[in-house]
Amino acid sequence: MKKVLIFGYGNPGRQDDALGVLLADEMQKWARENNMESIDFDTNYQLNIEDALTISEYDMVIFADASIEQIDHIKLTRVESNQKTEFTMHAMSPDFVLHLCQSLYNKYPETYLLHIKGIEFELEEGLTTNGETNLNLAFDFLVNAFGRSNFPKDILDRHCIEQKGAINAKP
Amino acid sequence: MGQKLTIEPVTRVEGHGKVTIHLDDDNNVVQTRLHIVEFRGFERFIQGRPYWEAPVLVQRLCGICPVSHHLAAAKALDVIVGTGSEGLTPTGEKMRRLMHYGQMFQSHALHFFHLVSPDLLFGINARPEKRNVIEVAKEFKELAVQGVMMRKFGQEIIRATAGKKIHGTGAIPGGINKNLSIEERDFFVKGKDPLNIDKMIEWSQDALNLFKGYHKENRELVDTFAAFPSHHLSIVRKDGALDFYHGVLRAVDAKGDKILHDVDYQNYLDYIGEEVKNWSYMKFPFLKNLGTKNGWYRVGPLARLNTCDFIPSPLAQKEFEEFKAYTNGKPNNMSMHMHWARLIETLHAAEVMRDLLNDTDLQGRDLVTKGKKISEGVGVIEAPRGTLFHHYRIDKNDLISMCNLIVSTTNNNEPMNRAVRHVADAMISGQKSIKEGMLNAVEVAIRAYDPCLSCATHALGKMPLEISLYDKNENLLDLKTN
Repeated sequence: MKKVLIFGYGNPGRQDDALGVLLADEMQKWARENNMESIDFDTNYQLNIEDALTISEYDMVIFADASIEQIDHIKLTRVESNQKTEFTMHAMSPDFVLHLCQSLYNKYPETYLLHIKGIEFELEEGLTTNGETNLNLAFDFLVNAFGRSNFPKDILDRHCIEQKGAINAKP
Repeated sequence: MGQKLTIEPVTRVEGHGKVTIHLDDDNNVVQTRLHIVEFRGFERFIQGRPYWEAPVLVQRLCGICPVSHHLAAAKALDVIVGTGSEGLTPTGEKMRRLMHYGQMFQSHALHFFHLVSPDLLFGINARPEKRNVIEVAKEFKELAVQGVMMRKFGQEIIRATAGKKIHGTGAIPGGINKNLSIEERDFFVKGKDPLNIDKMIEWSQDALNLFKGYHKENRELVDTFAAFPSHHLSIVRKDGALDFYHGVLRAVDAKGDKILHDVDYQNYLDYIGEEVKNWSYMKFPFLKNLGTKNGWYRVGPLARLNTCDFIPSPLAQKEFEEFKAYTNGKPNNMSMHMHWARLIETLHAAEVMRDLLNDTDLQGRDLVTKGKKISEGVGVIEAPRGTLFHHYRIDKNDLISMCNLIVSTTNNNEPMNRAVRHVADAMISGQKSIKEGMLNAVEVAIRAYDPCLSCATHALGKMPLEISLYDKNENLLDLKTN
C-alpha cells in the first residue's frame, strides 16, 4: 500500500497562520472516521532539516501552509526539488526539504503544496472569516480527492495542470 | 563617494535583521549597525490572561525555540504558585530538564551542521550557492545525515516530554503534566541504530573533532575573526557547574574577575537595565553597576563556558579543560570559538540526556507541587542562544498584570553590533570593491551568535532578500532583491 503524508505547518497562535496545521488536524479526523490507514499526518511550526527524513518514508507528501500570495482562496502546486538558499535556515521551504530528501536518501516522493490564503497573522487564536472559508475549501478539496482514490496522484497532477493550481471547483 | 551598504535581511539568520555599513569617500568604515525589528507586542498581549495559560501562550512568540519560552514561563509561575524552581518533585524537575537538554541538543546540532558547517567546509569566501546544506549533503553526505538525525533525536525528546511538537503543554506551574513511559524511554535508549542516545554522544564527539581539525588548519582566522574582549553572563549552578536549566546569575569580565556574584535572579532588575537607542527597535541590556557604556555583556555558549567553573559530565568536562587551557584558564573572547563552545555543550547535553533517560525518577507519578501563592515571579533559563528572562505579576483575580521578557538575542545585541564592526574594519575598510565573500564575513560574525528573531509567522511569499546601496547623503544607489 502506498503511503501518504499530509503535513501542515504554521503557528496556531497567530490567526490564519494556523491554516496548514488546522487542515492537517481536520483531515486526520476525517481519515480516522473513514479508515484511511494509508494516510499519516504531521504538524509543526515550520519545516526543517529532519523533515527530509520524514518525507523520505512516503510515496506522496502534501504540505499545507498559509499563504499571503495573490490567490483567491487556495492553490495546489507540485513541489519540485530546489536548493535555492533562503535568507532563513532555521526554517525551510518544501522544495528545499524535497531537495535535501533526494540528496540524502535518494528518495523523491510525489510532493505537493497546498497554499491556503490567509488574511490576518496577529497574536490571536482563531481564524478570520475568510480564513475559515479557505480552510473549508481546502478540506473539501482533499476529501474529494482522497474519496476517489487512496493515492490521487493523477487527480492532483491533472488539477495542477488544468486549473493552474487555483482551486475554485472540486477536482 | 561615501556609501551606506545594506545587507538585508541577513542570510541564514532568523527574523528581519539588516546590516548597514557606512563608508566614507575613501571606503573606510565609519559606522556599522545591526538593525533588528524585534517583536515586542507580546508583553502587552499577555496582560489580562490567566497566569496558568502563560507557558502555552508564550510559545506563540517563536517557532524556533518555543521550549525555552515554555520553560522560562513555567519557572516564573513556579514562584507565583509558591513552589519555586527548587521545590519541584524529582519527576517534575527531571522531565523539564530532559525537555530542555533535548532542545539544546537539537538546536545546537541544527546550528552547527546546517548553518555553520558550510562556512567551515567550503570557506567563507566560497560562492553563495555553495554555502548551504545541500552542498554539504553532496560532498559530506554522512555528516549531513548525522545532523538530520541529531536534530530529529532532540525533536523526539521534546515531543515525548512536552506532549507534542506544537504548543507543548508538558510544563505547568509547579511541575509537569506527564512522566516518561518505559516505552518512550526505550525508544531513546535502545532505539534502532542510529537513533539512540549512545550514537548521539558518539556523533557529538565527532562534530567536536571536526571543528578542532578546522581550527588546527585555520588557527589565525578562527582566533582573530571578530575577536574582542567583553563581559560574559549566564546562570550557573550554585556550586559553579554549567547548568542550562537553573542556577544563580553570574557575570565575569574579560579577564575572568567576577562582576556579578552568583545572585538570585528573582532580583534581576537590581542588576540589569535595558537601554533604548533611537536607531534600533531592540533594547540594549547592561549591568547597572557598570553603566550603559561599559556594562554590556555576551550571553550564549561562549559566555556560559566563561562563567562556569566546571561541566558536570565527564566527556564534556574533558573537552572543557582543553577549551580552558587554550586561553590559560582565562575567559575566551574569540567569537568563532562560540562554535567550539556550542559543540562542547552539545556533547554535555547528550551526556545529561543519557543520565536522565536512565533515571527511574522519570517514571514517577508525583508530578506537581503547590505552595502559598504570591503575586510575582521571575523565571530564567539558559536558552540555546543565551540567558532568557521571563517576569510576571498577577492581580487578585489571577490575571497577568505585567510581563517583561529579555530574550537571549536582545542580551547579545551590543556584542553582535561590535562583531559586525570588527569584521567590517578588518575586511571592508579601505577596499575599492566589496566582494560577496566580504559581505558574508559580516554575516558569519552575526551567525556565530545564532540570533533568533522570529515572530513565528512565516506565511508563503513573505521573505525577500534585499540589498540596498546608498551614498553618504542617503540617496539610493542600487537595490537588489532575490
